[in-house]
Amino acid sequence: MAMFEYAPAPESRDIVDLKPSYGLFINGEFVDGSGPSFKTVNPATEETLAEVATASSDDVDRAVQAARKAFDGWSGLPGAERAKYLFRVARIIQERARELAVLESLDNGKPIRESRDVDVPLVAAHFFYYAGWADKLGYAGFGADPRPLGVAGQVIPWNFPLLMLAWKIAPALACGNTVVLKPAETTPLTALLFAEICRQAELPPGVVNIVTGAGETGAAVVAHPDVNKVAFTGSTEVGRVIARTVAGTGKKLTLELGGKAANIVFEDAALDQAVEGIVNGIFFNQGHVCCAGSRLLVQESIQDELLSALKRRLGTLRLGDPLDKNTDIGAINSAEQLAKIRQLSDLGESEGAERWSPACELPDRGYWFPPTIFTGVAQSHRIAREEIFGPVLSVLTFRTPAEAVEKANNTPYGLSAGIWTEKGSRILWMADQLRAGVIWANTFNRFDPASPFGGYKESGYGREGGLLGLEAYLDV
Amino acid sequence: MSRLSVRKTYKLFIGGKFPRSESGRSYTVTSPKGDFLANASRASRKDARDAVTAARKAFPGWSGATAYNRGQILYRIAEMLEGRRGQFAEELGTGKKAALEAVDATIDRLVWYAGWSDKIASVHGTANPVAGPYFNLSSPEPTGVVAVVAPADPLLGLISVVAPVIVTGNTCVVVAAERTPLPSITLAEVLATSDLPGGVVNILTGHQAELAPWLAAHMDVNGLDLTGVADADLALRCEQEAAVNLKRVLPASTDDWAADPGLKRMTRFLETKTVWHPLGV
Repeated sequence: MAMFEYAPAPESRDIVDLKPSYGLFINGEFVDGSGPSFKTVNPATEETLAEVATASSDDVDRAVQAARKAFDGWSGLPGAERAKYLFRVARIIQERARELAVLESLDNGKPIRESRDVDVPLVAAHFFYYAGWADKLGYAGFGADPRPLGVAGQVIPWNFPLLMLAWKIAPALACGNTVVLKPAETTPLTALLFAEICRQAELPPGVVNIVTGAGETGAAVVAHPDVNKVAFTGSTEVGRVIARTVAGTGKKLTLELGGKAANIVFEDAALDQAVEGIVNGIFFNQGHVCCAGSRLLVQESIQDELLSALKRRLGTLRLGDPLDKNTDIGAINSAEQLAKIRQLSDLGESEGAERWSPACELPDRGYWFPPTIFTGVAQSHRIAREEIFGPVLSVLTFRTPAEAVEKANNTPYGLSAGIWTEKGSRILWMADQLRAGVIWANTFNRFDPASPFGGYKESGYGREGGLLGLEAYLDV
Repeated sequence: MSRLSVRKTYKLFIGGKFPRSESGRSYTVTSPKGDFLANASRASRKDARDAVTAARKAFPGWSGATAYNRGQILYRIAEMLEGRRGQFAEELGTGKKAALEAVDATIDRLVWYAGWSDKIASVHGTANPVAGPYFNLSSPEPTGVVAVVAPADPLLGLISVVAPVIVTGNTCVVVAAERTPLPSITLAEVLATSDLPGGVVNILTGHQAELAPWLAAHMDVNGLDLTGVADADLALRCEQEAAVNLKRVLPASTDDWAADPGLKRMTRFLETKTVWHPLGV
């Protein structure tokens, strides 16, 4: 099918006022970090966006002390007052939505359509949702007056920088905790803009502290003896290290880790909808999604029909400038991640799977990877077992529902799964059998602050979102 | 002339059967005064692995049983225990009155947990009002195979840690109290005659320090309850080992078994599954 020609429709980046350098946000002030500063780049162009401070372990200590000092006051506020602060934050996020979306796309490489229509609205919704809990905790089923834990140390990934910040900070503050948060080193900018929003909201100093840096800074946050709660979203590999670090300390720990979700399509599925769901499942956010539907399990009888429809659809995806409003697929977040995707994809070929990508021109500069499908994938292939965290789909087949369940569950992960069929009883039976924390039936990659999210097995523990998301931040 | 009694051989409880330790080892169990009571089986790493295999095998059936059915079986355990009240009071050896109270409290605890089987999902599940045309429901599901290091109290303590694990559909491998394992093995006789499917509860006797780390590091164990670990170094080591496959851990603790247990022992070994479906015509 011929590609329609589109005129460029770039979103203006003028709305973002980038500073040449950024410090840490401790006790309500922007301060210098004592570690060496690092550059954060636009992955679509490789241009340097800003210099960012590295928090040393002393800086982290200062941030934790500020959070500790703020804790009594913050947890002692009536819930209704805490709620109003959070509502304020939610409103300012809405007011500055476009600025946040553009900055997110610049720093992360995701299409503006996603940052504008998915990430930032969900961020505001998350603060709005948990704001409402702050004065209703006694009705949540954790006792009449559940207490906060204290200082929460939070480490978040680069795939949804601001959304993951919201998932961490909103419930923590609603429950009365104070926080020290470390954003990912490749995407620190929206977290620092969020710090400015905290100031506009007149949030008491020390309630939110942002420390930037790489893994070492994160490790200092996790290991700090005066942190009472650790929350981490990221790889299973790092999650294991954190679980080991936290062992025996009595710190409460929640982990949201990797996934290798099965997206299961039965022969009676509404095919066009399933194709859209598959595309959304693995190519949304360049596949940088822990719950991505990275394994397509298709019933053998419709394999050919489905794959040709899927390939036709992939031919219409537009890859390029993240700030162009027509862009479907943006840039890979970093050179390091691109190398990992390339390595695993090359392995897919050398292990015998067949690789396919649509005709797709990649920009000269920046980090790019075309949407890719592997067919003829066996369960033993590394591309069927390991999280690629990129726009790469592995296709496997099945004949019976039991076989689909067996294959879907044959992974150490258990974050999400998709089911496509028009038969209601089969949906519910499958949903019951699949060992995963989020089941999307006839849809995929839906998120909502009211809906608990989190995994089984090595995808981590604890839930974020909904009433159950409060448990992670209460002493219960 | 007084009759010479027939003594019982205390063995392990694995997959609904009572094997000796494959290692052929035993250890001496004495009364608080130091009198010989029995040679209990001293379970090995291989026994622990066999027990995990049995627990894994039992998991689909037990977690797939209806909540009503699981509740009935827990209630049946209480019935069987009531019938052996005197025997347990004697075996506890803590003085008749205190022992009878402990047995009664154990029976009552089983009845309490039995009733939770078909209520925990209503209390710990949520209907989620998402901002869009979707059905969205979260329900608890069992974590899988849970390794339990039971506290020193071999009857009330053991049931207080095992009942909350299995009532929700988990299966378990229990390391019984090291110095006082005999009532726990006699309890296995109750479990074996209560319609509880073989492998749902497996009981090992032996050395805690030898068995617990193997279970903590086992890749097919999903949860770890360290309640009965008194040694801080051992507890730390087990928690660290548990990180290998991100087991859900209930840390070592000293509990008042007479107090209201709350929900924590159940919810620690529950996962939450959230199901979405679009609305439409």
